[in-house]
Amino acid sequence: MTTKSLLQAIHDGLAGEMRADETVMVLGEDVGRAGGVFRVTEGLQEEFGEYRVMDTPLAESLIAGAAIGLSVNGMRPVAEIQFADFIPPAFDQIVSEAARFYYRSGGAYYVPITVRVPYGVVPGGALYHSQSVEAWFCNTPGLKVVAPTYPADAEGLLRSAIRDPNPVVFFEHKRCYRLLKEEVPEGGAVVPVGKARIHRAGTDLTVVSYGFVLHQALEVAEKLSTEHGVEAEVVEPLTLYPLDRGTIVDSAKKTGKVLVASEANLTGSVSAEIAAVVAREAFEWLDAPVMRLGAPDVPTAPFAKPLLESFMPGAEKIEAALLELARY
Amino acid sequence: MAMKQTRSRHEALALGAEELLKIYRHMLSARRTDERMWILNRQGKAAFVVSCQGQEAAQVGAAYNLRPGHDYAYPYYRDAGIVMTLGMTARDQLLSLMGKGEDPNSGGRQMPGHFSSRELNIVTASAPIGVQFPQAAGTALAFKMRKEDGVVLASGGEASTSGGDWHEAMNFAGVHDLPVVFLVQNNVYSISTPEPLQVAGSIAARAEGYGFPGVAVDGNDVLAVYEVARGAVERARRGEGPTLIEAKTYRLTGHSSDDDDRRYREREEIEEWRLKDPIPRFERYLLENGVLDEEGRDEIDGKVKAEVKEASDYAENAPFAESGFALEGVYAVVGGKR
Ligand SMILES: Cc1ncc(C[n+]2csc(CCOP(=O)(O)OP(=O)(O)O)c2C)c(N)n1
Ligand SMILES: [Mg+2]
Repeated sequence: MTTKSLLQAIHDGLAGEMRADETVMVLGEDVGRAGGVFRVTEGLQEEFGEYRVMDTPLAESLIAGAAIGLSVNGMRPVAEIQFADFIPPAFDQIVSEAARFYYRSGGAYYVPITVRVPYGVVPGGALYHSQSVEAWFCNTPGLKVVAPTYPADAEGLLRSAIRDPNPVVFFEHKRCYRLLKEEVPEGGAVVPVGKARIHRAGTDLTVVSYGFVLHQALEVAEKLSTEHGVEAEVVEPLTLYPLDRGTIVDSAKKTGKVLVASEANLTGSVSAEIAAVVAREAFEWLDAPVMRLGAPDVPTAPFAKPLLESFMPGAEKIEAALLELARY
Repeated sequence: MAMKQTRSRHEALALGAEELLKIYRHMLSARRTDERMWILNRQGKAAFVVSCQGQEAAQVGAAYNLRPGHDYAYPYYRDAGIVMTLGMTARDQLLSLMGKGEDPNSGGRQMPGHFSSRELNIVTASAPIGVQFPQAAGTALAFKMRKEDGVVLASGGEASTSGGDWHEAMNFAGVHDLPVVFLVQNNVYSISTPEPLQVAGSIAARAEGYGFPGVAVDGNDVLAVYEVARGAVERARRGEGPTLIEAKTYRLTGHSSDDDDRRYREREEIEEWRLKDPIPRFERYLLENGVLDEEGRDEIDGKVKAEVKEASDYAENAPFAESGFALEGVYAVVGGKR
């Protein structure tokens, strides 16, 4: 067991897979000598050389497209998009290409690539260093989309993503990188793609959440337990697409009350899909309408601090929503 | 009349009669298959045709330098000449045309012209223009990292050089001296948009800015294309880096069976280019150099036509995939690790 942050866990997952399999490689902007703008890939180029840890030109479509072409020719690339906000130029390669090689070739070609994407609001990140763009990719059959929040889950899921024969978009919340440390088993926990995690068992209501908001939701859940005796079950999807519907629906059936919370723009979000699934599959068990918390439909978190705070859902709103649910 | 030279062009290229006839046959097979597709389209048996006619020299001349199944090809939708040179057959093309279950590209999921063969390293193609170039650069990078002598041929029309993907791939290939050959078939039109509205300056000359050679070649002269492509493939194999080839050619048909080209180009222009049709042109060369006589030509053409006819009948009678095939095979389950 080693105690590590989310950032260290992702680093170790990469290093471990690269040691175990010489076809695994990393490519992206500033990932080499500098070790990435967040230092996730620090030290990897020293260990694995300039090709297996490659500084690419500033060209996101190239990064994703080259990863596809590498994978077709025997490699297992992990492409880094420096910030989620800069993934749109790579959209065509990820959505029209990587996601479809397998289906469109009748199973002849598969694309075992992982695209790492740091996302989410950080103070001062503003319009182009803050976005939660995961929903864009959760409408694309052929892709798998994961968004772990805790270190052990992240290391395990990264290893699973790299070994997966399909393209996996791997979202890492920037604000969680150094937020906390936890114990991670040597060689990484086994965390399969496609399985949700129940972080906290509860009987009164269910919160489905991921990313920085998950940390807030867990704090609020403890508070509700001590202050009101309300026991919230907190579920993290881990894989956003395809969803582990079973775990989410089972929890909804158990508690009868569900809040879905994330910092993504609410309309058309992953939360919307989760709410729809719960509303359909758990209808007869529900005691309250499925509630959602998310960012309002404005571009993303503004730069100035007071403006930023009015954008984020935040612990207070989560608590208010849960108390409202509890009263049903 | 051909000029009497001390040494013929093909001798200078060390191409024997047998190889010349193979090249000829690939070109002719692509053409006859394409002609058959238009007939089936008019008969209402094929919904969509996208044509290679006029570009066979550029395609076969380039692809003839590849080692099928070892090197990689990223063709675009007109490249029947490339994929048939690499080993795909008239039957494959016609099965794809009719969307039948045995269509080797996709089992009937994709439109015709979206080629794929894992055995031949023909990488599954799609419709968004230009996406193949970054992929081809990545495939070439894998060869370079493993110090293998594989080469990647990435092909597209002149309009595919207008978008970012082409430039991103050219730059990356130049940065790392990747073993990739960019083949741009400049056929003067992008649907209706003529070259002067599509291309600033010279495509071939752009390579210089990316630090590697760019060559413009008469794309209707199969031996000329073969020669520059051979140089490019050899250069890539030696580890010296990429080459851009701009093959100047012409699209003899409409953009596709859904296009009426009378709206945007003169019949006279097409007739002028018909005189430069690469297939009769190569035929004349072979006749003049004694590689082929008229009897031999008729015999080859007869065989090719019979093959195409057989392929057409086969494809017409072949079944579609089961309807469940539409709903499965989205995610790979094998190919994972450990
Ligand atoms: C990104 C994208 N935009 C538009 C189209 C529609 N489209 C298909 S082919 C084509 C013209 C391409 O011209 P060119 O590259 O010169 O190839 P050609 O058809 O002349 O061989 C267009 C506009 C497309 N397939 N992809
Ligand atoms: Mg064109």
